[in-house]
Amino acid sequence: MNFDLSEEQEMLQETVRQFLDNECPATTLREIFDGEVGFDPALWKGMAEMGLAGLHLPEEYGGAGLEVLDLALVSETLGYMAAPGPFLGHALAGLAIACGGSDAQKSKWLPKLATGDALATVALAEEGGAWLPDQWSVPAGASLSGSKKHVIFADHADLIVVGTAGGGLALVERDAKGLEIKPIDSADRTRRLCEVILADTPAEALPDGEVAATRLRDAALVLLAADAFGGATRLVEMSVEYAKTREQFGVTIGHFQALKHQLANMAVEIEPSRGLYWYAAHALDHVRDEAERTAAIAKAHITDRYMQIARDAVEAHGGIGFTWECDVQIWFKRAMFDRAFLGNPALHRERAATMAGW
Amino acid sequence: MDLSYGEELEGYRDEVAKFLNASWPLKGDEAKLGWEEQAVRFRERAIEGGFLCRNIPKQYGGSEQEPDVLKAQIIREEFGKAHAPMEPRGIGTMMLVPTLLERGSEWQKEKFVPATIRGDLAWCQGYSEPGSGSDLASLKTRGELVNGEWVINGQKIWTSGAQSADYMFILVRTEPEAPKHAGISYLLVDMKQPGIDVRPLRQMTGGADFCEVFLTDVKTPEDWIVGKRGEGWLVSRTTLKHERNSIGSTQQTRALFSGLVQLAKERNIDGKPAIQNADIRQRLAALEGYVKAHQYAGYRTLTKDAKGESPGTITMMNKIISTNIGHDIARLAIDLLGEDGLLDAGGSGMAAMMSGGHERWISHYMYSLGIAVAGGTANIQRNVIGERGLGLPRDAAAERSSK
Repeated sequence: MNFDLSEEQEMLQETVRQFLDNECPATTLREIFDGEVGFDPALWKGMAEMGLAGLHLPEEYGGAGLEVLDLALVSETLGYMAAPGPFLGHALAGLAIACGGSDAQKSKWLPKLATGDALATVALAEEGGAWLPDQWSVPAGASLSGSKKHVIFADHADLIVVGTAGGGLALVERDAKGLEIKPIDSADRTRRLCEVILADTPAEALPDGEVAATRLRDAALVLLAADAFGGATRLVEMSVEYAKTREQFGVTIGHFQALKHQLANMAVEIEPSRGLYWYAAHALDHVRDEAERTAAIAKAHITDRYMQIARDAVEAHGGIGFTWECDVQIWFKRAMFDRAFLGNPALHRERAATMAGW
Repeated sequence: MDLSYGEELEGYRDEVAKFLNASWPLKGDEAKLGWEEQAVRFRERAIEGGFLCRNIPKQYGGSEQEPDVLKAQIIREEFGKAHAPMEPRGIGTMMLVPTLLERGSEWQKEKFVPATIRGDLAWCQGYSEPGSGSDLASLKTRGELVNGEWVINGQKIWTSGAQSADYMFILVRTEPEAPKHAGISYLLVDMKQPGIDVRPLRQMTGGADFCEVFLTDVKTPEDWIVGKRGEGWLVSRTTLKHERNSIGSTQQTRALFSGLVQLAKERNIDGKPAIQNADIRQRLAALEGYVKAHQYAGYRTLTKDAKGESPGTITMMNKIISTNIGHDIARLAIDLLGEDGLLDAGGSGMAAMMSGGHERWISHYMYSLGIAVAGGTANIQRNVIGERGLGLPRDAAAERSSK
């Protein structure tokens, strides 16, 4: 029985955190958040140099050969730090190619993705909240036509992994004919979204696209859950810190039971769910028959907790919590992202119910 | 990350299973004995084998094993599967024995520990008073030393099992001049004596699990004090290094949740099984998120305990987490019962009207509230989490009153 992280895994989280402490302190984070692009190439390059771009890719293609759990641990830390950038889309795209790509596709793309020399993302959603493989309707083929929503940093990507009808996946390159990318005004300005419009755009299907698409979906749910755990944990810490410094009636407000209990409730809501996302991630590589359902439950549960804690954190900060200058809003909007991306909790709870045979 | 126990521990599991196979249930003439007598004989053998009373020294009737939370977990699992008796439950084995082992005098350990772990002695805990609940240290029951014995006067309340207890461990004020925490002593009292008046309290469920205990000139020998005079508060907070059962409550919660799913399959809404109702499915799946989080938090705590590392704030949260889940399960169950939720669980109410044991959910609906209060209310737990877990300052009134 060893349900805990290894020393290497703890060190991985610590290293990423220190890197972001140095390279993306609060002032930098606010600049990027407020900026036009929402993306700092130097910061992403630094993360890639640490090996984060290819953490989970096979060693033969220049990756570190680690597991979904390791990706999720990085995701937790990025969530904790509200790190801006394309990690999520890039990690998922690489995971899909490694799982469902041909040897030629892997040889062509994975080494560049592992070093970060090429940036990739995933195009999943379609009109009307059609996030999941069995809902995709862009017809598969040598060229694709249709529209994809909510594609993370598509405007910077060299490669887009596109979900197609029948639940398969296809690769579309940056300069492909008929590809149009429209940035949209996203609430979470650390992970900006685009609409991707394909008009008879050349594409190359992944041979094992259907298997890769379900793994991509489940890994995405787990990474969102992990990000949510990290972000919610940070919001509890920020709220506690504020309660220890802000004074009213001559004492720090943390003395007052009303607030103390609210903060305790926030901690009680999030702290136990650490193991839930660990297990969901672990299951994806080791307990296949539980992976799909556990991922659905983890995403629904933890992103819901994150959203409520974000609301509580605003309240705990009083008036200042409602301002743009208070950093709580950055995490609040990441909570909105984690909760809505790939479908709201209700969608995944219904899936979990169906999978249980209810 | 590995949720299996590994080869060595699976070998230990085989050893436990082999013992159980040979020893429980009892065989031959012994099988004709009553359950209690069988349990007593079985426990003696299980202690001899090193499976029960593992943290209690041999000289006091235990099996004195090296602490090992994983072995302890395997023992619980295997004994559970075989429906074999564990240590006698109750406040005596859970609270008094660890306290005596840590703070008791030699004769106290010899007299009380072996008899208590054998199940020969039943104890009750005299802590709460009508005016001293969350602020327990304000207790007023007096203990005075008169002619070589303690004379106790006062009243205790919420005393579980006082009706049948042989002895009580009690907190009394012996140093009225001292600051409140320093004026308390921890005494042991024989319940079978004049001056003790036990009155059961009827609960909202209709049952009576706990009592008021009135003490009028109750006597106990001078050396039936645990620790020194005025040290009672510290003595009462003694915790022993033990094999914490970090996943027990998660297993209970999971069992309760599967019962709830079963209930949803058996009850109907609009002529169809409730489990097909969209709202019920959402609520069940949302609850399962909490149940699973609690489960994996338990595995993590077990791992940390096994490695001798601190699991962190989670250990302060377990009570409130299982309480919250229990509330939510009960709430959903009562919705599933619909109009049958109008009936009383016992008597001519639901038990009489229904088959299939669904009336237990009515009791659970109420008992889940009792659990939120017993052993420190949920709000007191929130104080503990806020102050000791998150490092927030102490409540101003509590701070003043402890000086």
